[in-house]
Amino acid sequence: MSQIDSTTPRKILVLGATSGIAEATCRIWAAQGARLFLVARNAEKLAAVATDLRTRGASYVDTAVADLDNTDQHPTLLAHAVNSLTGLDVAYLTYGILGDQAKAEQDFNTAAQIIYTNYMAPVSLLTWLANFCVQRHAGTLAVISSVAGDRGRKSNYLYGSSKAGLSAFLGGLRNRVDREGVTVLAIKPGPVKTAMTSGMKGSEKFADVDAVAKSIVNAIDKRQDTLYVPFQWQPIMFIIRNIPERIFKKLNL
Amino acid sequence: MPTASGTTPELNFRTPDEQFEGQAPFESWGRYPNYDANVVPLHWQSDYPAVASGMHNGVLPVGMGRSYGDVCLLNGGNLLVTTGLNRLIAFDPETGLLTAEAGITLAQILDFAVPRGFFLPVSPGTKYVTLGGAIANDIHGKNHHVAGTFGRHVTQFELVRSDGTRKLCSPTENSDFYAATIGGLGLTGLISWAQLRLKPIVSRLIDYEGIQFHGIDEFLDLTRRSQDIEYTVSWIDCASTGKNFARGVFMQGDHSTKRDMLTPSPKPKLVFPFDAPGFALNHLSVSLFNTAFFHKQIHNRVVALQDYEPFFYPLDKVLHWNRMYGKRGLLQFQYVIPWESAREGTITILKEVAKSGLASFLAVLKVFGDVPSPGMMSFPKPGITLALDFPIKPDKSFPLFERLADMTREFGGRLYPAKDAAMTAAQFQAFYPQWQQFARYRDPQLTSSFWERVTGDRPGL
Ligand SMILES: Cc1cc2nc3c(=O)[nH]c(=O)nc-3n(C[C@H](O)[C@H](O)[C@H](O)COP(=O)(O)OP(=O)(O)OC[C@H]3O[C@@H](n4cnc5c(N)ncnc54)[C@H](O)[C@@H]3O)c2cc1C
Repeated sequence: MSQIDSTTPRKILVLGATSGIAEATCRIWAAQGARLFLVARNAEKLAAVATDLRTRGASYVDTAVADLDNTDQHPTLLAHAVNSLTGLDVAYLTYGILGDQAKAEQDFNTAAQIIYTNYMAPVSLLTWLANFCVQRHAGTLAVISSVAGDRGRKSNYLYGSSKAGLSAFLGGLRNRVDREGVTVLAIKPGPVKTAMTSGMKGSEKFADVDAVAKSIVNAIDKRQDTLYVPFQWQPIMFIIRNIPERIFKKLNL
Repeated sequence: MPTASGTTPELNFRTPDEQFEGQAPFESWGRYPNYDANVVPLHWQSDYPAVASGMHNGVLPVGMGRSYGDVCLLNGGNLLVTTGLNRLIAFDPETGLLTAEAGITLAQILDFAVPRGFFLPVSPGTKYVTLGGAIANDIHGKNHHVAGTFGRHVTQFELVRSDGTRKLCSPTENSDFYAATIGGLGLTGLISWAQLRLKPIVSRLIDYEGIQFHGIDEFLDLTRRSQDIEYTVSWIDCASTGKNFARGVFMQGDHSTKRDMLTPSPKPKLVFPFDAPGFALNHLSVSLFNTAFFHKQIHNRVVALQDYEPFFYPLDKVLHWNRMYGKRGLLQFQYVIPWESAREGTITILKEVAKSGLASFLAVLKVFGDVPSPGMMSFPKPGITLALDFPIKPDKSFPLFERLADMTREFGGRLYPAKDAAMTAAQFQAFYPQWQQFARYRDPQLTSSFWERVTGDRPGL
C-alpha cells in the first residue's frame, strides 16, 4: 500500500491518548504501521481510540487505563509499556488540564492541582523515561507544552506557569541527555480547531488538528528541539516575550 | 496493571489549547434561515444521551451542516454536532464492509478506503458530509439508476434514543426503525455508528465522457443510451431561452478498470475568503457563467481520464463556496417528477424559471432509477430530478418557489427536504403522505426547524 512506510514499525508510547491532538497524531502513525501503547484515564474512550488505530493499520496496539496524577504508579506503568512495545522509540506526552484560573486565584488547592497535573506528574514520567532512553542511547521524548508558558498572562497564569515550568524542565533535560543520543522535543501549540468545531463560524482562524499532528510527526522525525505550531506562533511569542513589563502589565491579555 | 483510582473526578485529557471559548453559531449550507441554537459538540459515543437528558427546547443531531435549508437547524434548541465521532471501528478488506462512528465524513472515509482499493457505494456532490447525515437524508449520487440510494448500502447501524436505549438496526433487526431512520431527517434518534458496504476499485481514475445536448429530448436520448454507465449527471443552462433553451452538458463515467494510482487526496487549498456583495450575482453574471460553462466544453463530445475528485466533487476545490452568494445565502430547489409526467413537468418548470429572470448557476439534471430505497421517507423515486440554486431575493425567490413547488405537486412529484427551506406544511404533507406513520418513530426529544415548519407544531415539547 502506497501510504505505508516500509521501515520497521516504530514503538511509540502515548500518555494521554484520548486528547484530540494525540488522536490525530496517532492516526498518522497508525497508517505507517507503528506499534502503539496508549495510556488514558477513561477506559471506554481509550478503547474507542485503540480500535480506530488498529483499524487504520497500526501493527500493534496495547492500552492501559491510568490516572497519571498517580505518580507512585509511574515506574510500573512505564516498565509495563516498554515491555509490551518491546522497546521505545518515541514517548509522547500530551495530557494536561487548563484548570479554573478564577478559582485558583482564590484557592491554593486548585492551583496546586493544575501544577501537579501539568508539571509534577510529567517530571515524574520524564525522569523515568529519560533514564531509560539514556541507558540505550536512543529515543525521543515529545512533550506538549504551550505558548501560554512563554509569558504569564492574567487570564491563565496558573496554567501558563505550570507549562513554563515544564518548558524549562524540558530545556534542562535536553541539555543533559542530548549527548546521550536522546532527543527532547517541546511542542507549543496555539489554539487548535478540532473536528468538533468544524462547520461552525469563527473557528476558521484556529489551526487544523490534522495539520498540527502532521507538524508534530515531522518535528519528531527531524529530531527538532522546539516546535511552535502553527509556526506563526514563533514570531508572535517572540514579540509577546519582548514587550516591556511596564507596558505588558497594563495590557488586557 | 495500573488502573484508575476510581474516586478522583473525571480528568479531561483534552489538551487545554484545543479548547475554544464562546458559542459558535451553526449554519446550514444555504445560510438561510439563520437561527440561534445551543451548539454542543459530541466527542465520544458515551457523551450521548447524557448530554441530551438535561436539555430543554429540543435536541437535534447534526453533521457537517451540508444540508441547504433547515433540516439541520433547530431554532432556540440544542444542536449536537457529531463530527467529533469520527473513529473507525472495523474494516474487512475482503468484503469492503466498513464500520465507523457516524460523524466521520465521506472525505475521511475516502482517504482511508481509496488506498485500500475501495470507494463509496454512493457519493453526493460534496465529500464534506458525514456518514450519519448521509443516512438521515438517504442521499443519492450520480449512480442512482444502478445503485439506488446511500441507505441501500448501509448494512446496520446503532440508533441511540434520548432515553438511553440503544437499538441495533438492520434490514432484519428492528427493521421498522431501520426504515424510519434511513431518510429519517435526524428525528428518530442519534445514529452513533454505522456499517457501510464499500465497492472495490483499482484506480483513482474515472473514464469520463462529456457530451453537449440541446433540449430535454436529447437529454433523455443520451440517458437511454447510458443505462449501463455507472455514473451519469447533467449540468443544464436554465438561464437561456429560445433556441438555447435547456441546453446542457451530459457527463458520464465509470471507474477505470486499468490498474493505477490509489492515493489519498490532497487537502483543498482554496477557501472562498469573504461574503460576496449582493450585486455580484445577477442575471447577467449567471448567464455569462452558464454560457462559459457550456462552451468550456469546446467540442460536442469530450473523452478523458479524470481523477475522481473533480469528477465527483468539482466544487470542493473551493471550500465555503457558498459565501459566493453573500450573507443572505442561497435557496435550493430539488424535485423528482415520476416518469409519466417527467418530461412535460421538467420543461414547464424550466420555462417558469427562465421566465422569472432569477437565474441559477448550478442546475443539475439526472434521472432516478427504480432501485427501491429502504427508507420510509426517502426522497428519490423513478423519474427525472432537477436541482437548482438561487441567491435569495426576498420579494421574488419565495413566490417563485411556491409556484415551482405547486407545479411539482401537480406533476405528481415531490421536493427534497435536504435542499429545502421554503416548502409549506401542506406541500410537504402532500409530497410525503406517510409522514404521520413516520412520526411514530420520532424520538420525543428530537425535532428540527424543518419538522416544525412542515408539520406545523413543535410536537412533544
Ligand atoms: C455541494 C453540495 C452537493 C450536494 N450534492 C448532493 C447530492 O448529489 N445528492 C444528495 O442526496 N445530497 C446532496 N447534497 C446534500 C447533502 O448530501 C445532504 O444534505 C447531507 O445529508 C449532508 O450531510 P451532513 O453531514 O452535512 O448533515 P447535516 O446537514 O448536518 O444534517 C442532515 C440531517 O442529518 C441528520 N443527522 C446528521 N447526523 C446524524 C446522526 N449521527 N444521527 C442522526 N441524524 C443525523 C440531521 O439531523 C439532519 O436532519 C449536497 C450538498 C452540498 C453542499
